[in-house]
Amino acid sequence: MSAAQQPTTTPAPTEPAEPSRWHNIFREITTGNAIISVLAVVLALLVGAVMIAFTNDDVQESAGYFFSRPGDLIGAVWNSVSGAYSALFQGSVYNFRRPSFADGIKPLTETFTYATPLIAAGLGVALGFRVGLFNIGGRGQMLIAATLGGWVAFALELPAGIHMIAALVAGVLGGALWGGLVGLLKARTGAHEVITTIMLNYVAFYLVSFLLRDGFLKTPGSNNPKSPATKETAVFFDILGPNYNLHFGFILVIAATVFVWWLLGRSSLGFKFRAVGENPNAARVAGISVQRMYVYAMLFSGGLVGLAGINQVLGTTTSGFGSGIDSGIGFDAITVALLGRSKPWGVFAAGILFGAFKAGSFSMQAAEGVPIDIVLVVQSLIVLFIAAPPLVRAIFRLPAPGAPRRKPVPNVTQEVVAK
Amino acid sequence: MKLELRGITKRFGALVANDDINLTIEEGEIHALLGENGAGKSTLMNVLYGLYRAEEGQILLDDVPQHFTGPGDAMAAGIGMVHQHFMLIPVFTVAENVMLGHEQTKVGGRLDLPAARKRVREISDRFGFNVDPDALVENLPVGVQQRVEIIKALSRDAKVLVFDEPTAVLTPQETDELMNIMRQLKAAGTSIVFITHKLREVREVADRITVIRLGKVVGTASPTASNEELATLMVGRAVDLTVDKAPATPGAPALVVTNLTVIDPLGQILVNDVSFDVKAGEILAIAGVQGNGQTELTEALMGLQPRVVGEITLDGTSLRGHSVRQVLDAGVGFVPEDRTRDGLVGAFTIAENLMLDRSNKLPFVKRFNVQLSYLADFARAKVKEFDVRSQGIETPVGRLSGGNQQKVVLARELSRDLRLFVAAQPTRGLDVGSIEFVHERIVATRDAGTPVIVISTELDEVAALADRIMVMYSGRIVGIVPGDTPRSVLGLMMAGETPAEGAAA
Amino acid sequence: MSTIAPVNQPTQPSEPHEGPATAVIKSWKVPIVLGVFTVLGFLLLVVFGRSGTSTMVLSTSSDLIQLPDVLLPTRATGIVVTVLLALITGLSAWMVQTHRKVPLWLISVFAFLLLLGFLAWASADARIPVPGLLFGSLSLAVPLIFGALGGVISERVGVVNVAIEGQLLAGAFTSAVVASVTQQPLLGLLAAMVAGVLVSFVLAAFSIKYFVDQVIVGVVLNVLVTGLTGFLFSQVLAPNASLLNQPPKFERINIPLLSEIPIIGPVLFRQTLIVYIMYIAVALVYYGIFHTRWGLRLRSVGEHPQAADTVGINVTGTRFWNVSLAGAVAGLGGAYFTLGSVGAFGKEMTAGAGFIALAAVIFGRWDPIRATLAALLFGFASNLQNVLSIIGSPVPSEFMLMLPYLVTIFAVAGLVGKSRGPAASGKPYIKS
Repeated sequence: MSAAQQPTTTPAPTEPAEPSRWHNIFREITTGNAIISVLAVVLALLVGAVMIAFTNDDVQESAGYFFSRPGDLIGAVWNSVSGAYSALFQGSVYNFRRPSFADGIKPLTETFTYATPLIAAGLGVALGFRVGLFNIGGRGQMLIAATLGGWVAFALELPAGIHMIAALVAGVLGGALWGGLVGLLKARTGAHEVITTIMLNYVAFYLVSFLLRDGFLKTPGSNNPKSPATKETAVFFDILGPNYNLHFGFILVIAATVFVWWLLGRSSLGFKFRAVGENPNAARVAGISVQRMYVYAMLFSGGLVGLAGINQVLGTTTSGFGSGIDSGIGFDAITVALLGRSKPWGVFAAGILFGAFKAGSFSMQAAEGVPIDIVLVVQSLIVLFIAAPPLVRAIFRLPAPGAPRRKPVPNVTQEVVAK
Repeated sequence: MKLELRGITKRFGALVANDDINLTIEEGEIHALLGENGAGKSTLMNVLYGLYRAEEGQILLDDVPQHFTGPGDAMAAGIGMVHQHFMLIPVFTVAENVMLGHEQTKVGGRLDLPAARKRVREISDRFGFNVDPDALVENLPVGVQQRVEIIKALSRDAKVLVFDEPTAVLTPQETDELMNIMRQLKAAGTSIVFITHKLREVREVADRITVIRLGKVVGTASPTASNEELATLMVGRAVDLTVDKAPATPGAPALVVTNLTVIDPLGQILVNDVSFDVKAGEILAIAGVQGNGQTELTEALMGLQPRVVGEITLDGTSLRGHSVRQVLDAGVGFVPEDRTRDGLVGAFTIAENLMLDRSNKLPFVKRFNVQLSYLADFARAKVKEFDVRSQGIETPVGRLSGGNQQKVVLARELSRDLRLFVAAQPTRGLDVGSIEFVHERIVATRDAGTPVIVISTELDEVAALADRIMVMYSGRIVGIVPGDTPRSVLGLMMAGETPAEGAAA
Repeated sequence: MSTIAPVNQPTQPSEPHEGPATAVIKSWKVPIVLGVFTVLGFLLLVVFGRSGTSTMVLSTSSDLIQLPDVLLPTRATGIVVTVLLALITGLSAWMVQTHRKVPLWLISVFAFLLLLGFLAWASADARIPVPGLLFGSLSLAVPLIFGALGGVISERVGVVNVAIEGQLLAGAFTSAVVASVTQQPLLGLLAAMVAGVLVSFVLAAFSIKYFVDQVIVGVVLNVLVTGLTGFLFSQVLAPNASLLNQPPKFERINIPLLSEIPIIGPVLFRQTLIVYIMYIAVALVYYGIFHTRWGLRLRSVGEHPQAADTVGINVTGTRFWNVSLAGAVAGLGGAYFTLGSVGAFGKEMTAGAGFIALAAVIFGRWDPIRATLAALLFGFASNLQNVLSIIGSPVPSEFMLMLPYLVTIFAVAGLVGKSRGPAASGKPYIKS
């Protein structure tokens, strides 16, 4: 101990507090490790492989005589799994069987097309999460968005360009309204948004069903509960030409991702959103109106989900939509948001990944007969594993991180200077 | 039963909360464990009670080493704990709370409530507690709740009772009663460990005193030691128990509160027709035991209470019925009593917390954008000015110590032009060094001409800081008296007796 | 010191710690809501009134006492009902003005009258089989009640159970498969309980051990179970339907004598075994939670886990076991979809029942009896649509189908704002 080690002149002992366990867990779940994410995906795919193998006819057959010809079983398992997953890859990224690059890359564009509504809705759900709200109302918000925007798209006569924008705005507004209703209920009555969003999903579904059967969404002269087709002047234009399905919606969601990034990270409104999401009590005492933030957040959240809905009507399913237009995207968006850790670019990446699963799952079903429900299973498992890093670590025998990510607390000798 | 803690060491990561502690409680003695906030007393008792497992050391009862895997073992061995924050279920009755964990049951697991009631009455009568076994705990006053805690421990035949900071929520009268109860228990053969940081109580009732500082035992003392001697042992240096403060030069009344009444959602009156004023350049301390309406009065001033009747005027402008935002914008600075719940967002950085209540306009927000570089400069300056110990302005505030967190709150509030400064329990849970810092800042704010309100349940703090003292009891003002009013008078006022009556006693 | 006199004069008065006076808060919420519904009733029943005669059939052929059919002139009934509704609204307004609380029974009478008026209006020149209506309501409410019981147990111990839907679906699936393979419906019941336990085990593990947010785990579990059962249905059940998806259903068992009581007899006592098990379950859960040691400890863990910990109760273990129990109970409800009603399993056949059950828990303020009553109310709302579509009601079927969900929203938003759940529900218990 040299003479230079003078006791500090400050009287306060520096006793850095042990961070609360809440804080550690929070850090774990929201930031986590990249390796955990990758391993979670791997693990989920493994489980998926097991499911594929187990339910495959050849596998079941050869399991019957496993002991006489074990090679058959192994071969059957390998065939079923590799067949399924290569179909998945070829359906989502690159199709090697096609002659040219332009043809072969088509699956990737399909991935982006499927990813577009997932990203939009995922951004909406993620925004909700950041404010502390669970927006499970994806289906309802998409349906109402499709209803309002779709009506503008097929019922009005407007010049090209303007028509598209009008329909787009109407759709986003529709979703915003349906989401804002939830925010209002929560702000005014304290009703828990998990229940209200789910209930409004069903209300929207039946409302749209009625409108398709007997209301302003009905196609005149047809008994089919499908709306009239979107007018040409309102359709999203293709960005890679007529051979590909990828349309303007993809550009829109890139813009939406940038917008959400700015909103949450740089804007004053986003600051208030995050404050409310982390600690509504402190936010309230600091003069932030928690009620108003809930309403605004649900408006934005619903609007983003609505973007997904109108995207389907103006881009992907332009020949008229039915009550199934949301096709499960509302619930998928939850897993996208969770995988993306509620961060805008994470959601973008997660949306691309799940878009790939979706695109690939159709070719899995077509080529190998694997039902597309498996995608739901794999997605949910990924989310569960992400949320439980200790579980993933235990399975892969990874070492647990030592002290949480900060420098160890020095055991200061706490000599204090007399006054 | 003799209780001995030998060589107890407990670590949390790299932090050593208890460092080789030796403590012996003889049978039938009242042993005080004295130390300031953060010294490690509660950790030690949690080790004793089986809630924590010590890395090293032993617990011996009558010289027999014990191995507690949980509170159940400790209780079975005869150790009972009366916790600082009551471990009672508010929506259960007294009898249900007392029986929890060792319920008597009839056929099929059916609760034997009559037997439980009988037991409660037995113990209650023995010590004169006057507790109704069927009362709902949440409806009982705090002093009675504490008695329920004691009954709970005694109902398991505790031979050693540990009281963890029992007087924090009691009036001086109730504290005296508690002292009597402790003497009664001692007479009945129970050993008592009395954890506290209040010197006066310790000297009144303890047989022996052990002083802990920063996880280590620094000495034992007898109750005949003076306050100053004990304080020095506790803190490790000569402690000046008073605050250096020049006499106040109050100006015109700045805050005027007239006939203020606050009502809760069920219609109960929490603040009852309160009128007072605070002048520029003075500190008005609102004293009283926790739960007598001070919290609600403070919230009403800040716009946090919805049902408020009466008038609140600051420099001529009315504040009643205004939103929190409007009150803050009118120039009121607020340090809330629960800093982690109401004062700071733990996951936000120091910088973000420094603009928490100014997120709506310049200088931190321009045209919807947060001015990040301005914020960073501001934060760096404040961290330096208020000596906030951390690893940088991007450190999440939840990682800081209590004292540093409070400094962030102070830095935030005192960095703007204030027309009124309200500080609620500003030094709760802080170490002595931080307490001194906070007190200095409060006095400096007063000296700059700002009216200051300090709400505190600690009489020491009130006496040290106040120019005038307003005592509240049961939602009403008992009286507004000068800052040098003797403690005995203040104590009586905190129990509801107005000064004139007290003087006659 | 010698004997110390008992201190029986506390310094504070022994009554609770508020001031001597209390103010009363006038809440106009109730009269306003009643008024709105009165106006709606007026519009529907009088302005758009229908003429004819509504017949309320009160008895079935095998009742002990045959009650006569009640014939109501539709238009007159509508007017009378509207007048009564207006009177009640006025009465409630007067009560609020004179600082009284509007009693629950008055609101219930209002609701009953409104319902009667609506039924009469919808069934002009038609017959409404009242016992059939109530029977169907109870039937539809069975999975809701089981789900609600599971939800109550789980939330009371401190774990929010959004995965009721998944537990119901898993129960439906496994009961169909097992009962189909073994041709024993009782084994199917057992399998349903096991399936429910498995689902809630995952909920418990992730939320208790890994501290994942309980709502998130619940939502993800629902998606997982939906996907899993859907996948297995398409891959395995559909191709082998005769072996795996044709379970024997439970027969109806008529309890002698009790089933012949007018009106309630056919409704309550001509049901299947599952329903009778349900009656017992409701009683057991109620008794258990409030009168046994198990229930006391369960509630303590849900209210103040730290306090429970300090008296030696194993908080984690208690939560684990009870969440699993809740899953078993909910799984039973799932079996009703198949073995008690439709028979074969279909994709997503629970159609949101789990969420309605959750709403029943909240509406019933986490009390098993009240939650059961709430579930019955929701079942009634669901069944109303069935009955009205059979007799040809003027209201489009989609709006009737919306009804239970709208009622749920009202329940959760309008009337429940003030009640408190178990204090520690939703928060993981972290020992520091």
